Amino acid sequence: MINAAGLVKEYGKVRALDGLSLDVEPGTVFGLLGPNGAGKSTTVKILTTLSRATSGTAHVAGLDVTKFPDKVRRVIGCVPQQTSVDPAATGRENLNLQGALYGLRRAALKTRTDQLLTRFGLTDAANRPSRTYSGGMQRKLDVAMGLIHHPRVLFLDEPTTGLDPEARAEMWTELTHLAAEERMTILLTTHYLEEADKLASRLAIVDRGKVVATGTPDDLKNELHGDAITIDLADTATIPQARALLARIATEVTSSGRSLRARVSDGATAIPAVLAALDSAGIPVASVSVARPSLDDVYLRYAGRSFADAEGVAA
Amino acid sequence: MSGAISTMSPETVPVAGGSARWALATHSRYLTMQSVRALLRQPFFVAISLVQPMIWLLLFGELFKRVAELPGFGASSYIDFLIPGIIVMNVLFGASWSGMTFIEMIGQGTMDRMLTTPLKRGALIIASLAYNSITIVVQTAIIFLVGWPLGATYTAPGILVSLAATILLTGAFCSISNAYALVLRSREALIGLSIMLALPLSFLSSALMSQGAAPDWIRSVSRFNPVDWAVVASREALSGSPDWGAVWAHLGYLAVIALLLGYLATRAFGSYQRSI
Repeated sequence: MINAAGLVKEYGKVRALDGLSLDVEPGTVFGLLGPNGAGKSTTVKILTTLSRATSGTAHVAGLDVTKFPDKVRRVIGCVPQQTSVDPAATGRENLNLQGALYGLRRAALKTRTDQLLTRFGLTDAANRPSRTYSGGMQRKLDVAMGLIHHPRVLFLDEPTTGLDPEARAEMWTELTHLAAEERMTILLTTHYLEEADKLASRLAIVDRGKVVATGTPDDLKNELHGDAITIDLADTATIPQARALLARIATEVTSSGRSLRARVSDGATAIPAVLAALDSAGIPVASVSVARPSLDDVYLRYAGRSFADAEGVAA
Repeated sequence: MSGAISTMSPETVPVAGGSARWALATHSRYLTMQSVRALLRQPFFVAISLVQPMIWLLLFGELFKRVAELPGFGASSYIDFLIPGIIVMNVLFGASWSGMTFIEMIGQGTMDRMLTTPLKRGALIIASLAYNSITIVVQTAIIFLVGWPLGATYTAPGILVSLAATILLTGAFCSISNAYALVLRSREALIGLSIMLALPLSFLSSALMSQGAAPDWIRSVSRFNPVDWAVVASREALSGSPDWGAVWAHLGYLAVIALLLGYLATRAFGSYQRSI
């Protein structure tokens, strides 16, 4: 549904995109994850016909974005990075204007506007200028505007940046529903690892204008040789014996204090085996926990630096 | 997927709305209405816009009262002479700022959002011209009203021609201002350039000073000055025995320059999009 090949974008001497390629299947929520300045927004600007690539090609819904920008615009919805509602206009007026630009008229426009106001819980605020809205409400109006014409492809550029944690959680719920209800392809950019993990069914990790890894969030994490398990023992004296036992089942076994850490391919199935082995050797266990590798681990592996460091550089 | 779908004919995409021209008209109408509604929600701003033309007229009227006594000035009643000049200057100092709205829209992100919709670029320019023309026509009417007790005399065709001239000049100046805004994207640069354009063009015209009393070189330059075309058209049409040939010729020049600049302003979206 979305296809980009070798996109390069140069602003003077700055190379924002350096041969970025991606392929998004219809009906998926595709996440573009990367630190600020990685080139995510530039990619969205090119795919939504706002900006032109210096070289490379891009197709959205089968249409070349450079050759048929007008046709692309009809089938995409775009929620830009920055909240972009007209603050002087009411929520309803914002939606009406947006709908009118897609050729929606009178009854059809009113029905769709009412539907979206209800859908996003904005009916009570519909006739107030949107400058009086909270950040979360403005962002919902933003998303509603992007949906007014039932787009086939929706671009969400950093949908929750700048929202407080409560509004962010609420937006995540909305977006999860949206992906399930409407048969749409969604391309979402984010620099929140948690958001990518939660919303995207497939991810592309972007670093310095290139895609460095793609896959489902779970695939990407599984490539890091499985889950981390942590076992707290009741007695430090048993540590050497427990380490030896654990090394037969797991890899990367380390210990500190009363804790043992190790990596297994699947934490959920490995735990009973680990516990049974320790139990039969008579080693008392205080607690056990399993942690999936985080996307932070994934990012570290592919970009060669931690996500937090990369954000620091960009900022 | 890309292979199969990218060969799909673009014609299979449903096209919303009617013809392109119809879309241009509808989009322009919606955008203009949005601006007018926003203006009406700011009563203070409306009040300032209404008072401003009165201040122009009263201040300039007092300041330049005795210029009419200068040798070679020609006009007998200074208020009759001044009104077309004030009308035109009001256009200059109103329409020159229209680009500010574009800069604001770029800042708010509403511009980029609109540019990803099927919005016709020309509609943004037309709506800006329409919105500014509405305010300018109201302000011009106020100048006519305030001038009347001060002794100005009008004719119906004179008023109509004056309104047409102000609308055309508004089109020209809004277009320049909008094009500046899209290319420069900076308030400060827009203010600087607008003043640099508006002040010389008004002084190099017969807005406040009769050509008979102006130096020769100003007289020559002003023949190529759209501001002067508007003043001449309005003043001639309001005069006792108008030279209609001159009136239509000057309106014609104004229409040509307004269309040309409107086209260039629409092209400026390309420059804006290349920069982002």
